[in-house]
Amino acid sequence: MIAEFGLAALWLAAALAALQLLAGSLSLTRGGEGFAAIVRPAAVVQGLLALVSFFALMVLFLRTDLSVQLVAMNSHSAKPFVFKLAGTWGNHEGSMLLWVMVMGLAGSLIALIERRLPERTMLATLAGQAFVSLGFYAFLLFSSNPFERLDPAPPQGAGLNPLLQDIGLAFHPPTLYLGYVGLSVAFSFAIGALITREVGPAFARAMRPWVLGAWVFLTVGITAGSYWAYYELGWGGWWFWDPVENASLMPWLAATALLHSASVLASRNALRAWTVMLGVVAFSMSMVGTFLVRSGILTSVHAFAVDPERGTFILVLLAINIGGALTLFGLRAATVTEGKRFALVSREGALVFNNVMLSAILGIVLFGTLYPLVTEAFDTRVSVGPPYFNPVSAIFFVPMLLVLMVGPLLRWRRDNLSRLRRRLVVPGLLLLAAVAALLAIGGIGVLPFIGLALAVALAAASLLPLRGRNLRRTPIATWGMVAAHFGIAVALFGAASESAFTKETLVAARVGDVTQVGPWQVRLDAIEPVAGPNWTAMRAGLSVRYGEGAVRQLKPQARSFWSPPQQTAESALLTRWNGQLYAVLGEEGEDGRWQLRLWWKPFVTLIWIGGLLIGLGGVLAIVAHVANDVRRSVAREKIADRRMRQGR
Amino acid sequence: MTGATSKGPRWALWLPLIVFAAFVVLVLFGLFRPADREVQSAMIGKPLPEFALEPAVAERPGLSSADFRGEGPRLLNVFASWCIPCRIEAPQLDALSKAGVEIHGVAIRDTREDVEDFLSQYGNPFARIGKDDLSEVQLGIGSSGVPETFVVDANGIIRYQHIGVIRAEDMDLIMAELRKAGA
Repeated sequence: MIAEFGLAALWLAAALAALQLLAGSLSLTRGGEGFAAIVRPAAVVQGLLALVSFFALMVLFLRTDLSVQLVAMNSHSAKPFVFKLAGTWGNHEGSMLLWVMVMGLAGSLIALIERRLPERTMLATLAGQAFVSLGFYAFLLFSSNPFERLDPAPPQGAGLNPLLQDIGLAFHPPTLYLGYVGLSVAFSFAIGALITREVGPAFARAMRPWVLGAWVFLTVGITAGSYWAYYELGWGGWWFWDPVENASLMPWLAATALLHSASVLASRNALRAWTVMLGVVAFSMSMVGTFLVRSGILTSVHAFAVDPERGTFILVLLAINIGGALTLFGLRAATVTEGKRFALVSREGALVFNNVMLSAILGIVLFGTLYPLVTEAFDTRVSVGPPYFNPVSAIFFVPMLLVLMVGPLLRWRRDNLSRLRRRLVVPGLLLLAAVAALLAIGGIGVLPFIGLALAVALAAASLLPLRGRNLRRTPIATWGMVAAHFGIAVALFGAASESAFTKETLVAARVGDVTQVGPWQVRLDAIEPVAGPNWTAMRAGLSVRYGEGAVRQLKPQARSFWSPPQQTAESALLTRWNGQLYAVLGEEGEDGRWQLRLWWKPFVTLIWIGGLLIGLGGVLAIVAHVANDVRRSVAREKIADRRMRQGR
Repeated sequence: MTGATSKGPRWALWLPLIVFAAFVVLVLFGLFRPADREVQSAMIGKPLPEFALEPAVAERPGLSSADFRGEGPRLLNVFASWCIPCRIEAPQLDALSKAGVEIHGVAIRDTREDVEDFLSQYGNPFARIGKDDLSEVQLGIGSSGVPETFVVDANGIIRYQHIGVIRAEDMDLIMAELRKAGA
């Protein structure tokens, strides 16, 4: 029953999306204004129905209703509760349902609260949102129905990929999806603005909280995903330039560029066409990324849904949505006037530079991700890895960081660099000190060297906008910017330190053996079997000691899941303020010795702390903008109120 | 229309669409390409070029073209520690080496620590491993990516080139090629 109910809700939601598109489009035509009243309510109800459908699927997973094919294929009654829940979106169909649900709810929300834009632009925006949603509804209903029944029902389900049975991963994809789909709002706003040619500060202000919100989710999602890959895959690395990682990085880069250019548009009414284009590109990158992952067109360690037929379906969707939007852009952008002018050395100038560099990095990542596909066209299979991505993206990343140190200190419109000379003394000196210290340590590769030195200088420079201010009166938006920029320095320091100073060893150890890795002494105390709800494991008991410090315990496991059968290495981590000890238990050798891999990674945790700081910066920016908007609308009401009274 | 704007050429506005169209064409090609993995290499039937590579790791000697003479055939595997598909290939190479096939490796643009890491984690099926930092040998034998595997006969002549991962289902093919080359 619940499955049929969920499916019915999904069909109804699709029908409402069609209505929303139709009414929205008609209301823009002459004589069709009467349809405008339907558009907002349709958007609200459509979102709610999608939510109902998603809840229905969730209930099916929680009950392990094996008569539903999706549940039978991806769940198991012995699975812990939280993973049954996560099973809802831990598969292709469920994650697409999550996608349309979030998109529907986002549409509901803008229909309910967004009143600043001209009504025609709003109608065009909601019609655009419905158009994109409709494609995904069709995809779900015709090619990936999550509520498909299975007759007869099997006695037991197949289980969830054990790598995915991890609390971090259970909530990682939905976080990223909120980011991807949040960008669809920016996309729809861009379409709406292009249709009605209303590109201005109001458009940027309406779009900005959505871009920021999506960007925060992407930032947190990427950070969490990187930490997941770090401890779950047991390879000790934290970023592999894998197609799936790139798929989440590309929308993030576009969204980062977009929120900076939107701030130029909101404050200075410049960069109009460029901002609109980024609005289209950011969500396009989300869709392209999802397509690349879902179609299985690129080999990836993450591929869990590989199906060329679905790939073709998404590709058609992409061609219609992105192709249509970019065609509209090509036709209309020339009629969107340029906006206010500014000098090269100015806040706008620095932000344009940031945008160009981010776009260049985006291009590099996209090219590197697709390159295997290009060569395949010439019958050659290749794999593109860090030797390409790291140095080539650094070419643009490094100048961007240098400009980032001064950009926030510049004035709008026109400024003079000599004015800033004295303020940049501290970061400059720190840069020199860091270079000297790193030269003294020696043996550090070029990129980590640059990274460490720049991180130190940037950390200091990013705090400069706070200097000379009353900290209590500093606007929240400024705090947000400082937190995000400081976070970049922190993450960069962690990444560079990890690649410069990591120590590692691999030993074949017997119980009682002691090994050394960096400042740590590690003793293998015992190997013992343990059992969990749906797995068994061999667990190593390790006594570890940092220098002359206290002895602590570490217990990495080699785990075997039985449904589906699969081996995983559960790494064990010990975090200190200055880094992490990372232990992985491998296989037992023929001579009874156990493989043990140990890493000492100084300051590696800063990578993710930095990522979270960047996200925090975004949250602060949202708070600041929303508070501003509320204050503005209150002030507007007061003025209107006073006028009314004076009128009397 | 507000007249011409000074933002640069108008065609630039169509650039994003052109890039996207190229993407779609590329992807369509990828989706509908017949799954034909047999590629004729220009190097097949030709001798290995002369080379001598430094060892890539401490516990295995380096690799030169002379190592491919006498009592063949052998496999030449082009790999890298940073190459994720190479991890997928590792069990198959292991199985080949356990079956008595002599495998030599060429590590592309890699560091000693990374290669040692890679081998300790995914197994070391190699008798010798040369370090090819500039992709000289890789390009010399007509390989443009990792992983790739060559069957080389007792006279140092390249008999077969396998582009991409050796999957479990490719094992029979590789064994057949080895037999053809005189095993």
